[in-house]
Amino acid sequence: MPHSTLYSPSFKGQLARRFAHLGVAFGLLALAVVGFAFLVLTLVSVPLVLVSVGIPLTIVVVWLSRGITRAQRAVFRRLFGKRIDNPYRPWPRGHIGLKLLALTKDVTVWRDIAWHAINSTLGFLVYLTAIVLFAASLFYLVYPILWLAWPSVFNTYFGLHIDNFATAMWGLPIAAIAFSLWWWLGDMMLDSYASLATLLLRPTRSVMLKQRVEQLTESRAESVDSSAAELRRIERDLHDGAQARLVALGMSLGMAEGLLESDPVAAGRLLAEARENSGTALVELRNLVRGIHPPVLSDRGLTGAVEALALDHPLPVTVLADLPGRPPAPVESAAYFAIAEVLTNTAKYAKASQVRVMIGYFGYPPREPAVDDDESQLGPRLGIVIRDDGVGGASATEGGGLAGVVRRLSAFDGVVAIDSPVGGPTVITLEIPCLLSPDPSGRPAASGTV
Amino acid sequence: MRVVVAEDHALLADGLKRLLVAHGFEVVEMVDNGPRLAPALLEHRPDVAVIDVRLPPTFTDEGLRAAIEARSQVPGLPVLVLSQYVEQLYARELMRDRAGGVGYLLKDRVSNIPAFVDALRRVAGGGTAMDPEVVTQLMGSQRSRIDELTPREQEVLNLMAEGRSNSAIAKELFVTDKAVDKHTNNVFRKLGLTQSSDDNRRVLAVLTYLEEQP
Repeated sequence: MPHSTLYSPSFKGQLARRFAHLGVAFGLLALAVVGFAFLVLTLVSVPLVLVSVGIPLTIVVVWLSRGITRAQRAVFRRLFGKRIDNPYRPWPRGHIGLKLLALTKDVTVWRDIAWHAINSTLGFLVYLTAIVLFAASLFYLVYPILWLAWPSVFNTYFGLHIDNFATAMWGLPIAAIAFSLWWWLGDMMLDSYASLATLLLRPTRSVMLKQRVEQLTESRAESVDSSAAELRRIERDLHDGAQARLVALGMSLGMAEGLLESDPVAAGRLLAEARENSGTALVELRNLVRGIHPPVLSDRGLTGAVEALALDHPLPVTVLADLPGRPPAPVESAAYFAIAEVLTNTAKYAKASQVRVMIGYFGYPPREPAVDDDESQLGPRLGIVIRDDGVGGASATEGGGLAGVVRRLSAFDGVVAIDSPVGGPTVITLEIPCLLSPDPSGRPAASGTV
Repeated sequence: MRVVVAEDHALLADGLKRLLVAHGFEVVEMVDNGPRLAPALLEHRPDVAVIDVRLPPTFTDEGLRAAIEARSQVPGLPVLVLSQYVEQLYARELMRDRAGGVGYLLKDRVSNIPAFVDALRRVAGGGTAMDPEVVTQLMGSQRSRIDELTPREQEVLNLMAEGRSNSAIAKELFVTDKAVDKHTNNVFRKLGLTQSSDDNRRVLAVLTYLEEQP
């Protein structure tokens, strides 16, 4: 993110920001023109819906204009430090008529049209003014030279005739005036306009709430599914593992009991078998318990448990952790299993030579400029980065381990970022919003069972 | 006696086979999955089948369904179903055809080998072997009526429901056959059931009574 330099208060920072904005004003100007074209296209294609050709045309126009507003959002996000989320719901599916119906009901479509209308008029003027002011300052700066070179062409200022070099030098103060206008006024205009754009382009409150509800419904369904699957797995493991072994153990003991008188040697063999079975049953139970909630996690917290994971891992795993407290138990457990899943994946597919796990905690990030509402602030969160030097190409394919991680964390509003170019390295970042209990040794804060 | 065994857990299958062979049964086929079971039962027509409820591929109640299917084609084909948990529902489904020759036991009962072998022979002879656990559950649902019985009569009812004969009940409770006769008569009178000389008919009567929802 370019914020760091763009928004430093130093002169260099100020200069860098203004030039970045100037450069981007050209792009925005072009986009405003294209947006205007789309506005016209929309106005043309909507009445054409009556004739069938308008239907696909409208849909295509909406789709393309979304692309443009997305680009504009990206510009305001990156170069003006505004927080603008995309307001769009998933692109409608199904029959072409259904698509059109869904789009006409979608408020964002109309807001985009309004935005194009404003941006191609007011926005156009704002960008143009900024560009013209700067261009004018340059132009008048070199005006005396131009006059020397082509006195027959460059010989008027605002109707004032120029006939010697001294009057040509008037260009310099004019350039200074234009430059300072650009420096203050242009900057102020662009910045105010960016704030206006933010208001127009960001999702309305109701859209945001709708998105949130959709997201929560989805994540709830996913967590219900995954916990049900987890329970089924546990039941299956118990049934086929420890329970079956205990039955077999009973059988061997029963048979040994029957043979004790008649064939003590065979009875001894059966007893040895029974003892072996009881040992195996215990091992299986222990593994199962560890799969439900590893004791080391309760004892040592996330850091200790991940260190224990690292010791069991076939590759050398470095764990760097800095946690000033303990996350709530459910979050701790989800984070642990997510890390375990990622590490298992790494061992299976990455062909890496070493892995590094970093665990940290982030409070409120430094306030970004021009962020004026606290709902867009990221709260404190647990951050985990898992990096390996393997072959890369990791992705959260359906039913794969990483998809499971995404599912696991979605219940806590956690996010997973996978950066894994082919050829590596793979960097997987997990973030889970949570509050730590300032208790480095004792129980986790939340009394939730896992 | 010819036996078909259906059990997917290798360790248990092996143990069962050894146990059966040691007690003079002939194991004609070992099956380790559901789809193979019903054909095997129909093909061999064993004197008795020992069946695990849960079998691959679905690991649900595959074994039970195969047993019921085979019995629908060969009425009274003796099956002893083993399970890690007992479900009243499954017991009912097995008993539904009222043909006898049905056993439904917890897997752990196998470790009491004499009792298990006895239950197996009982089922092979067209009798019933119901797990005490099932009987307890059934009794629970008829608490109010059963409370009218004396504790001794309740014990007798329990053992009857498991499918034991009078003489077996007498042995279990260390009383004479005559005493058991007296108790069973009282039980039938108090519950309003008709006494039957046929052991199995008697068991079915008791189980039917217990299954009635109040």
